[in-house]
Amino acid sequence: MALQITEAPSAGAEPERQEFKPDLERIEIELLLEGIFRHYGFDFRAYAYASIRRRLWKRIEEEGLSSISALQERVLHEPEMMEKLLLDLSINVTAMFRDPDFYVTFREHVVPLLRTYPFIRIWHAGCSTGEEVYSMAILLREEGLYDRARIYATDINEVVLQRAKAGIFPLERMQEYTDNYIRAGGKKSFSEYYTAKYGGALFDQSLTKNVVFSQHNLVTDRSFSEFNVILCRNVLIYFDKTLQSKVHGLFYDSLAMFGVLVLGSKESLRLMAHDECYEQIAPPEKIFRKVK
Amino acid sequence: MKTYSIVAIGTSWGGLSAMTRLLGGLPQNFPIPIVIVQHRSKDSDELLPRLLQDSTDLQVCEIEDKDVLEPGKVHVAPADYHVMLDSGYVSLTIEEPVRFSRPSIDVMFASAADSYGSGVIGVVLTGANEDGARGLARIVERGGRALVQDPKTAEVAVMPLAAIRAVASAEVLPLDRLAPRLIELSLEETKGYAERRKAV
Repeated sequence: MALQITEAPSAGAEPERQEFKPDLERIEIELLLEGIFRHYGFDFRAYAYASIRRRLWKRIEEEGLSSISALQERVLHEPEMMEKLLLDLSINVTAMFRDPDFYVTFREHVVPLLRTYPFIRIWHAGCSTGEEVYSMAILLREEGLYDRARIYATDINEVVLQRAKAGIFPLERMQEYTDNYIRAGGKKSFSEYYTAKYGGALFDQSLTKNVVFSQHNLVTDRSFSEFNVILCRNVLIYFDKTLQSKVHGLFYDSLAMFGVLVLGSKESLRLMAHDECYEQIAPPEKIFRKVK
Repeated sequence: MKTYSIVAIGTSWGGLSAMTRLLGGLPQNFPIPIVIVQHRSKDSDELLPRLLQDSTDLQVCEIEDKDVLEPGKVHVAPADYHVMLDSGYVSLTIEEPVRFSRPSIDVMFASAADSYGSGVIGVVLTGANEDGARGLARIVERGGRALVQDPKTAEVAVMPLAAIRAVASAEVLPLDRLAPRLIELSLEETKGYAERRKAV
């Protein structure tokens, strides 16, 4: 009997899942990801395995299929199925001022460094639907740094970038975001930054005046500039250790000396080749400064 | 002889005091890595691991992405992340909450079952919702073992009752019997290991 660990029950009868053979499952998954890479060019081969496996099975169950191989046939022959799977495989869960303590620490320890620069280049890698880009833009504006900053906000996924550009977020989350904003050291009334419009909260368009949204693939694309700050929170957690290490190489090459790298609060540089090139500013926040 | 690679524990309401007693009953050299998902507020800090540390000789740590699972350690899920077990290490994700929970016990249990098969001991303790029941069923479906706190000894019985309904073969034990039972099962492992070595 197939056991579903998903929120919504699937339509129709659940197909019988075959006897569990973990090694065979791994072969099937590796073949599927290899096929997707060679046919479509999307490279999920070095993503964290347990999470990929869970999301593949969610799609399999929603389609009423019974194996990874059955999904492979559909994905390779039907571009529409690839579209669906692409959305399944890219996690786009985020929030404005997620982890408010991080923003407090950023104001206290990074903003003073940034004040010493005439011009500030920031790369927001894996920006998803943009909630954290707008958060950073608000923070920089309140600190009087926005006008000399340029934020490059990138993501692998063109669809989420379009949403980020639009700057319309769900109204029902504004209470949560307001709480986060206050705890993040916000200096104004949060509601000054948006108006209720188009069935959502439309954010002040001047916040994206100095933001460039652009597609970039951390797995396959190269460095495209030199930055003073790189923000990449809760993105690398979806990669395996080897790919994490490779992306850290990319970040290192893209950071100016004494530039700042920001990771998610439960990520670390431990066991990464570049660990010794950074100093952690104000632990426990995962804010690192490139020192060599 | 059966061998175990991971003890996966899930709990919510009343979990702190139950886990304190369970962990307090395990020796410092308990040979199987332990992973705990306790529902907690998304803003909670590292108080939970600190409180647990006070109760046990094992080393308690809050999980960071790609931490290696080690014997002698108790790996505690951080607030607002799902925990997924891979062979030998842990990944964090911020995928959508599952049945309103992040971390979700079901997600952690299912990943344990899929990665470790029959090597998993799943343990469900006190709690006020039904998270964990589906994941525990998956653990058993994959050949693992299920232990459930006797609902009569639970601060809130909803979670263990749901687990018992979902898993007919679950061993139901009073809170104070869980640690001794885990030790017995871990000795089975050691014995099995020794026998396998002899065979080689």
